Amino acid sequence: MNTNVSLTLPAPTAKVEAIERSPGFWSGVIAKLMRDPVALGACAVLFALILIAVFAHQLVPSDPYQTSMIKRLKPIGFDGFPLGTDELGRDMLSRLMLGTRLSLFMGITPVLIAFVIGSGIGILAGYAGGLINTLIMRTIDILYAFPSVLLAIALSGALGAGIGNALLSLTIVFIPQIARVAESVTTQVRGRDYVEAARASGARPFTIVRVHVLGNVLGPIFVFATSLIAVSMILASGLSFLGLGVRPPEPEWGLMLNTLRTAIYTQPWVAALPGVMIFITSISFNLLSDSLRSAMDVKS
Amino acid sequence: MIFYLLRRIVYTIPIMIGVAFFCFLLVHISPGDPLVSILPPDASIELQKQLMRLYGFDRPWYEQFATWFWRALNGDLGTSIASGRPVATEVMRAVGNTLMLSCMATLIGFLFGGLFGFVAGYFRDSWVDRVASAFSVLGVSVPHYWLGMVLVIIFSSWLMWLPATGAGPGGSGEWAWDWAHIQFMVLPAITMSVIPMGIIARTVRALVADILAQEFVVGLRAKGLTDLGIFLHVVKNAAPTALAVMGLQLGYLLGGSILIETVFSWPGTGFLLNSAIFQRDLPLLQGTILVLATFFVVLNLLVDVLQTTLDPRIQRS
Repeated sequence: MNTNVSLTLPAPTAKVEAIERSPGFWSGVIAKLMRDPVALGACAVLFALILIAVFAHQLVPSDPYQTSMIKRLKPIGFDGFPLGTDELGRDMLSRLMLGTRLSLFMGITPVLIAFVIGSGIGILAGYAGGLINTLIMRTIDILYAFPSVLLAIALSGALGAGIGNALLSLTIVFIPQIARVAESVTTQVRGRDYVEAARASGARPFTIVRVHVLGNVLGPIFVFATSLIAVSMILASGLSFLGLGVRPPEPEWGLMLNTLRTAIYTQPWVAALPGVMIFITSISFNLLSDSLRSAMDVKS
Repeated sequence: MIFYLLRRIVYTIPIMIGVAFFCFLLVHISPGDPLVSILPPDASIELQKQLMRLYGFDRPWYEQFATWFWRALNGDLGTSIASGRPVATEVMRAVGNTLMLSCMATLIGFLFGGLFGFVAGYFRDSWVDRVASAFSVLGVSVPHYWLGMVLVIIFSSWLMWLPATGAGPGGSGEWAWDWAHIQFMVLPAITMSVIPMGIIARTVRALVADILAQEFVVGLRAKGLTDLGIFLHVVKNAAPTALAVMGLQLGYLLGGSILIETVFSWPGTGFLLNSAIFQRDLPLLQGTILVLATFFVVLNLLVDVLQTTLDPRIQRS
């Protein structure tokens, strides 16, 4: 055996081929959304609504609270009132614009809060497993045993009318739904090899959840939460429609529908306008959520 | 099968107790003293204490809950504060009306939703599919209370074909299956059917597209089966899931009818809930919600059991 092997290997060079950085997941999603005309349209509508909501006070053509006994229930296109006037002679266009503020706020906030709390509960239950999972999920099942409209009305009916109570009721309605989705995706991720590997290497549960679980479960939960915004808009306005949410004289689309309900025989098209706004908003959220779902390739 | 059934029923019991506990809590989370509405404003402390004892508010909550739950199991849901009649009687009379309306709406929704969904799934990515899919997005996005108003504007106020509100020419007391009564149901039932229609259309579309992509369909075609024969196979495969979705939708409508019943003044549970809320009639609110939630839980159980019975692919473990 020849032991005299020369080991004249080429000296290692520090030169590394520059690898093109692969585009991230989110930039892929955004690129897909940008190619989707439906998603772009929905985004444009929602962006316009948000702009109106933010700058409502600067944009309104006349005072949305100014009542007039003479100019009550004027038709669309009446002099000085492009969309007519309501049952107290207030300008419909201004009220619809200012109403964007409360309606969007009441529709989006419960889903946002429920997204944070529900994901927390669901991820905890899914990652902990065992007895903690059973305890949490069985409690959630009880709230899940109510149809969502009934639960929202039961809670805000018992708590009494008001914006805060309506928001609280809607949040309680959405927490179990989001927690269920969060629990089911977390349970799936928990069984993956990389989580097992992290656990074997001695990572603490908190670190595993932060590094390995969150990134993989937040996407599907987020898509589900966006699909709830349309439901939340309709429910929140529905509560105000029943007189359980926003209180007069604040403009909110559901409440406006309620107060104009008596006018459907005199000014039907004016009375139907606030509902058109709710409809447009909820369609836009639904379409955006559908596009997001297919762009992120999440199974329903 | 018997074991599966028993286990499902046993599993429902803790949920029912939880639901009852939630309804019990409703009175306690509501602001203000529950006795304020029946006490005279100048009530003495003695009278207040006497009433507290009478209603059992001086005892610990678990005792109160046990008593209330036991009474509810025996069909005693307390007395309505506003009308002075037993809550159970009031709710049962209203539930019939709501059930009738919801069943009608689910039926309409299932027929049209199933049809749209089937056509969309069968001719996937064609213009028919796009139109049907657009309809189903509209169906789930429309605020149904507003749709009800629009239908009233068109068919009652403008065309004057159908009555706008109520449930019959002679008040809300009697119901009969003749046109004089049915015409009152047309608008609320159509309004109500829009949501299940959208959801069933979506479900059926996905189901049919899934089934058609499976290999056994190619096999059936290869052996020379006609389109009608393949159609029957697809229907048989899609039916259990579609029926399950329909059952769940009926449950959602039962609980969610309050907005539509308010728009059409339909004398059902939603109307009852509405008046309970505004008269602060908490026993009535509690009783109505308990009955509706019970319906929902039992319906879920039935749907689960039926689906397992109908569909041999679902394991009963």
